[in-house]
Amino acid sequence: MKVVAISVDPVETNHLHAQRMHYTFPVLSDAGAATIRRYDLLHPHAGPNQEDISRPAEFYVDQNGVVRWVNLTDNIAVRARPEQALTAIDSARHGGIWP
Amino acid sequence: MNRRWNLPLWLGFVFVLGGVFSYEYLLQFPITRDFPWLNFLLIGTGLALLAIGLFRAFGNPRLYRGKIAGSILAVISVCFVAFFSYVIFYVLRQVPASAQAPRMGEKAPAFTLPDQNGRQIALADLLSPNGAVLIFYRGHW
Repeated sequence: MKVVAISVDPVETNHLHAQRMHYTFPVLSDAGAATIRRYDLLHPHAGPNQEDISRPAEFYVDQNGVVRWVNLTDNIAVRARPEQALTAIDSARHGGIWP
Repeated sequence: MNRRWNLPLWLGFVFVLGGVFSYEYLLQFPITRDFPWLNFLLIGTGLALLAIGLFRAFGNPRLYRGKIAGSILAVISVCFVAFFSYVIFYVLRQVPASAQAPRMGEKAPAFTLPDQNGRQIALADLLSPNGAVLIFYRGHW
């Protein structure tokens, strides 16, 4: 299973941030927020200078490209914990309802 | 006149400021991140101390100092607490509804975006063998 981060930050910012935090996973740049818009996650004017940014959100997409878990927080300070995500993904993958 | 210092007033003020300004520091710990209970505990202790101090200053002004300073500190503290509560209980919860966001069982919209090294990554590249977790962030790091 792969993990990717997505935000409106430009590639250079992500490069520095990933370096500083020793991230080994891809940190994707959606500078025009086109993908964020397509996922209906745009939070208009919520950036430090009123820029359009993404709301926090987490998805698990299976090998067939189907969404198996969604977490849309209603409080930007509260995000999915790694263990919470892993438990949810585990039950989505082995819960028996999916082939 | 030899009135006593009204220590609870100043101590209370320090607790309130500590409670408000430790927010960013305490965010990094899982136990205090989701709800800032420790901040509110510090703030509550500070307000209680301020109340004790004011009670002394106004109830026994011959013995204790702090009628003016205490009032000023209390007003400043209340402003800080009001702003802090406004952010915690209102601003942080202003999240768009995202009613059209992909739901369970739906196909995730395809995308191709550059990673931190400028390499183009497509959703399809990430899916084999076991799928992918997409984490959308507010960014501005």
